[in-house]
Amino acid sequence: MSADATTRSQPPRRIAILTEPMKEKIRALFPRYPSKQAVTLPALQIVHEHLRCVPLQAMAEIAELLEIEPAEVHDTMSFYGFFPQSPLGDVRVWVCRSLSCMLRGGDELLEHACHRLGIEPGQSTPDGKVTVDYAECLGICDFAPAALADDGRVYGPLDEGKVDEMLEEVKQGRRDDPPRV
Amino acid sequence: MPTFEPVLSRNFDVADGHALRVYESRGGYQAARKALTTMSPDEVVGLVKDSELRGRGGAGFPCGLKWTFLPKDRKETLMCVNADESEPATFNNRYLMELDPHQLLEGILISCFATKASTAYIYIRYEYIRAYKILEEAIAEARAAGHLGKNIYGSGFDLDVWVHRGAGAYICGEETGLIESLEGKRGWPRIKPPFPAIEGAFRKPTVVNNVETLCCVPHIVERGADWFKSIGTPKSYGPKLYTVSGHVEKQVCVELPLGVTCRELIDEHAGGVWKGRKAKAAVPGGISMGLLSADELDTPLDFESLRKPGCLGLGTAAVTVIDDHTPIIDYLINTSRFFAHESCGQCTPCREGTAWMSKTLQRIKAGGGRSEDLDIMLHMANNLGIIPGTTICGLADGAAWPIKNAVTKFRDELEEYIRTNQNPAARPTPLQIDIAEGRVVNLEANRRLGIASPLPAAALRAPEPPKL
Repeated sequence: MSADATTRSQPPRRIAILTEPMKEKIRALFPRYPSKQAVTLPALQIVHEHLRCVPLQAMAEIAELLEIEPAEVHDTMSFYGFFPQSPLGDVRVWVCRSLSCMLRGGDELLEHACHRLGIEPGQSTPDGKVTVDYAECLGICDFAPAALADDGRVYGPLDEGKVDEMLEEVKQGRRDDPPRV
Repeated sequence: MPTFEPVLSRNFDVADGHALRVYESRGGYQAARKALTTMSPDEVVGLVKDSELRGRGGAGFPCGLKWTFLPKDRKETLMCVNADESEPATFNNRYLMELDPHQLLEGILISCFATKASTAYIYIRYEYIRAYKILEEAIAEARAAGHLGKNIYGSGFDLDVWVHRGAGAYICGEETGLIESLEGKRGWPRIKPPFPAIEGAFRKPTVVNNVETLCCVPHIVERGADWFKSIGTPKSYGPKLYTVSGHVEKQVCVELPLGVTCRELIDEHAGGVWKGRKAKAAVPGGISMGLLSADELDTPLDFESLRKPGCLGLGTAAVTVIDDHTPIIDYLINTSRFFAHESCGQCTPCREGTAWMSKTLQRIKAGGGRSEDLDIMLHMANNLGIIPGTTICGLADGAAWPIKNAVTKFRDELEEYIRTNQNPAARPTPLQIDIAEGRVVNLEANRRLGIASPLPAAALRAPEPPKL
């Protein structure tokens, strides 16, 4: 690649989003896979974990690290519908709407939760504490109708009262288990 | 029938069953030691082939046969463990990973030895947060104890196991979708052939197996193929984790020999239909597999019998019960919404068809149904998927089957619903009918009528611009 082409494909200079420890975490995954591109999803997840979103610039920086084009990272990222561009609330709560939960009132509970917080599914509360979203089957049908917080807390079987309790609890902030390894 | 002794779930009730010392104290890793030190890889493949273990992930493909498809002169093999369990109402793999992760690791170890794979990736869905942490811990423990790593048990066999997390896409449970996703691309299933055994992840020969399939392998090595074949029906062998959810008293995951009937599962293991009601229908194995009506609940849940009532197959053996207070249209709306949401968009018939069916059903629900809608949907369902040959993967077949089954088995109810639930506001406009019937329309004269009667949905609003 000529020097010209390199400068053209670079994003405009900005303050880096990826910090050195984040980059270190991403690089540590390289030996696991035969190609660097395979680290795309884990890298997006690492960024998402730290920033609660994956902005465009972070994708360009990931691309640089993985030696692929920013468009390739964006292509993968946009497929999953999992990585938002602007920050999520501290805790993302998924309320399941698939068959087993729907049969037991999942759709109504999602509506109730959103109504209680004054938001639409997929939005965050104005204080940035909670995001409520719908999800297709979460694999916790033994708790149906169920909800899952993205720190791993499982809620269910829910009813309207328990949804309110759940929202109170998640508003207190994340409760990640300490990493086991 | 003699009482069935749990095999896969034998450690589920043991305290700290996920810990290595507990697993070892209950005979764990003995089968792996036996395979690695006393058997050759081909002997293990032969043994699994003899046991006729069929894949537990949905398609039911014989596991041993899959392993023999690997090219003989291969240099490197990869193993992908499919833990992207996203089929609605299915959660048995989650139990296996959270409650007995070492059983899975032992299965991986033996299977990798048999297929000469030195790297295994466990592709786990993101939503299994707890299972992910437990697996990471189990892998670290196993590595420290010498069950994974270099020169395992002095046999000269090396194995690395890595956990790779997904990002909430149902399609990544399809084996080539999983491979694409693992490679860091969008999870679009590949056109086959070449099958993954010839050219899979990173263009290397790859084996993709489901979690539950691999969990069966240590038990086959330990107790032999004949023991495995003594469990189950004359054609479907082995133990199986069944899950029951929906309108039942107790939503459970139970292990039983293959071939238990749906009714037995509901009445004896799930405490019956909830609130003393009757079952109207049941989904036999994840929503892709279709629908059993109340009269068909005595069908055995195994690989063969479910074809007879017109279902697609055993699937993931996840039974969902629907009680007689639930309109069948609600079930259809839910399943079609799921598939329209999860279609990856690669093949036009699936991308457009699933969305179309979902919209049609929602129109029927809103009171705009027409008598011909059911036949149109059947026609679409019959032309969607790999069985009619219009798509790359089986997602569309899964989307078509609930509609085929429900429209055939509950036609009277659906017709009655369309007849009695009519709302003029939801009906198509005269202009839409003109267009549909191919009449020449003057758009200029009809400008005020609008082409679509309902207002644009909330989903059509422009997204917020990214904040940088």
